Amino acid sequence: MNPGVGTVYRWELTKLRYQKRTYLGLGAAAIVPIIFVVAIHFRHNQRGGDFAFASYLTRSGLAVPLVIILFGAVWMFPLITALVAGDIFASEDHNGTLKTIFTRSLERGQIFAGKALAAATYAIAAILLDGTVAVIAGSMQSGFNSLQSLSGTIVSAPKALELVYVSLLVYLIPIGTVVCIGLLLSSITRNSAAAVVGTLMISLLFQLIGILPGLGGTVPYLLSTQFNAWQGLLRTPIDWAPIVRAAWVCAMYGIPSLAAAYLVFLRRDVAGG
Amino acid sequence: MSVSPAESPPPVEVRGLVKRYGDLTAVAGVDITVNTGDVYGYLGPNGAGKTTSLRMMLGLIRPTAGTVRLFGRDPMLSVKALEGVAGFVEAPTFYPYMSGRRNLELLGAFDGHGASARIDEALEIVELSDRARDKVGGYSHGMRQRLGIAAALLRRPNLMLLDEPATGLDPAGMRDMRVLVRRLADQGITVMLSSHLLAEVEELCNKVAIIQAGTIVYEGEIAELKRGGGTSYRLATTDDERALAVCCAQPNIGDVRTDHGRISFTADDAAVAELSQALVEAGALIRVLTPQTMTLEDLFFSLTEGTDGARGERSIAGEHPESAEPAETAR
Repeated sequence: MNPGVGTVYRWELTKLRYQKRTYLGLGAAAIVPIIFVVAIHFRHNQRGGDFAFASYLTRSGLAVPLVIILFGAVWMFPLITALVAGDIFASEDHNGTLKTIFTRSLERGQIFAGKALAAATYAIAAILLDGTVAVIAGSMQSGFNSLQSLSGTIVSAPKALELVYVSLLVYLIPIGTVVCIGLLLSSITRNSAAAVVGTLMISLLFQLIGILPGLGGTVPYLLSTQFNAWQGLLRTPIDWAPIVRAAWVCAMYGIPSLAAAYLVFLRRDVAGG
Repeated sequence: MSVSPAESPPPVEVRGLVKRYGDLTAVAGVDITVNTGDVYGYLGPNGAGKTTSLRMMLGLIRPTAGTVRLFGRDPMLSVKALEGVAGFVEAPTFYPYMSGRRNLELLGAFDGHGASARIDEALEIVELSDRARDKVGGYSHGMRQRLGIAAALLRRPNLMLLDEPATGLDPAGMRDMRVLVRRLADQGITVMLSSHLLAEVEELCNKVAIIQAGTIVYEGEIAELKRGGGTSYRLATTDDERALAVCCAQPNIGDVRTDHGRISFTADDAAVAELSQALVEAGALIRVLTPQTMTLEDLFFSLTEGTDGARGERSIAGEHPESAEPAETAR
C-alpha cells in the first residue's frame, strides 16, 4: 500500500499514545469536571456565582459542562490544546527525527497534513472527554434534570443533553484556531515549550485586549469572544449570529496561521539533529 | 524504449553545489559523480561541508546554487527522487519513547511498498533482533547506528548514503560496520559514505572525494590519487649536501627536503633510476634509497592541511592537488 496522509495520521495518533503530555492533557480534561463537581457538593449551600447557569449547577448536572467550558476558555482549554499542537512539529526537532521521516517516501505536505489532523483530533478528544465526564459527574451530583435556557425557557433533560454536545462542537471552532496557532508556533520556534507557552500567551492576549479601555469595538472580532459563541444555542429561538461570526472570525485567524505553518514546514532546511 | 545501464543516470550527480548561511559559505561549489557499484568515500575535516552536502543530496537542505540528481531525479522537487535511496546524516535518529521495532514499523509504513515485511530480516542483518522490543531511548550509540542501517535496508536501496556510520562505535562495532558495508557493496548496492576513518575508507572504497573548506580538492579513484601523489623515497649518500643539490636539479623529482638527516623526495621509478645515475656521476654514492608507500591518510593530510600529518612535513601536492603534479609545487 502506498503511504499517504492517512498513514501519517495513524502513526501520529500512535505516537501520541506513547507520550506523557497526551495523558497530561486528557487527564486534566477529565479530572477538572470531577474536581468541579466535588467543589459543588461541598459548597451547595452557598449562593451561586453571577455567571450563566450558575444558579442551575445544583439543580441540573447538565449545567456543569457548560460552566466548565465557559471558564475553561480563559486558559485551561487553550493550554490543553497547545500541549500537543505546540509540540507536534517541535518534538521532531527535539528528537532530531525530521531528517528520518523526510527521507522516506512521503512528501512534506503529506506529513504536515497528517500531523495537523492528529493535533486536531487530540483537541476534539479532549473537549468531548471533558464534556462527557462533566455530564456524568454533574448528573451524579445534581441529577439528570431539565435546564433553564438563557432566554428563561425550560429545556427538557434529553434536549439539554443534545444542546450540551452541540455546544461542545461549536466550542471546537475557536479551539481549532488555537490548534492552528499552536502548529504555527511549533513550526516556527522548533521548541515545544516556547510553542506551548506562546500559544497560551496569545490566547490570554486576546482576552486582555478585550478589557482594554477604548478597544471595545474589537471585542466581537477577538478569538476569546468566539469561545462564547455556543451560548447562542442556549437561547430560544437559537441565535445563530455569534456562531456564524465565530466561524469566519476563527477562519480569519486560523487559516493564515495554518498556511504559514505549512509554508514554513515545507520550505525549512533540516540542518540539525 | 529501454535505457541501457551505460546510458542510465548515475546514482549521484552533483554539480556546482553551493550552500551559504548569510556570510558563511558552508559548501562552495561541489561536483561529485558516484557511479553504479561504487563504494565512494567522502572525506574531509570537521566543518569542511561533508554533512551539509549530504543533507542537500537527501533533499533536507535547499541548495543556494547548483544541482543534485539521484538517478537523474532532483530530491528538492519531490521525495520520489529518493526511491531506491536510503541512508542517514550524522547519527541516525528515532523516537526514543518507542521500541526499535515500533520505529521500524513506522518507517516501513512511511515507505510503503511492503517495506514493513522486511523488518525482521533487517533486524537480523544488523543483529538487533534480541533488543528490538526495547525502547530506543535505552539504546547505545552503536545500537542506534545499527538500527539506522536497518531502517535504510527496509527501503531495498540501490544507493546508500551513510554519514560517518562507524563514528562512536567500539572496535568490534567498527569491524561489524565494515563487514556490513562490504556485504552491501557485494550485493550491488552503491554506497557513498563519509568517514574520518581513513584506513577504513582506503580498505572499503574504490573512489573518494576529499572536501576542504566547502570545495572538492580531489575526486577520483583512490589508486589514481596514490599514483598522483607519487612514491616517496628516502635517500642517504656519502655526500648529502651534494646529493640534495642533485635532487633539486634533477627533472621529475618532487618535494625534495631533508628530514631527520636524510633526504626525502617523490618520484616515479624512471626518475629514481635517472637520479641514481646522476648521484653516482656527482660523486654522492648511495648508502640508502628506500621507497615509502603513501597511505590515504598521508594524502588526505597533504590535501587538506598542506602537510602529511603524522610527520608534520610540507605538502607533496600543494594546495591544488587535483593537478597531481607534486614535483611542480615542491620544487
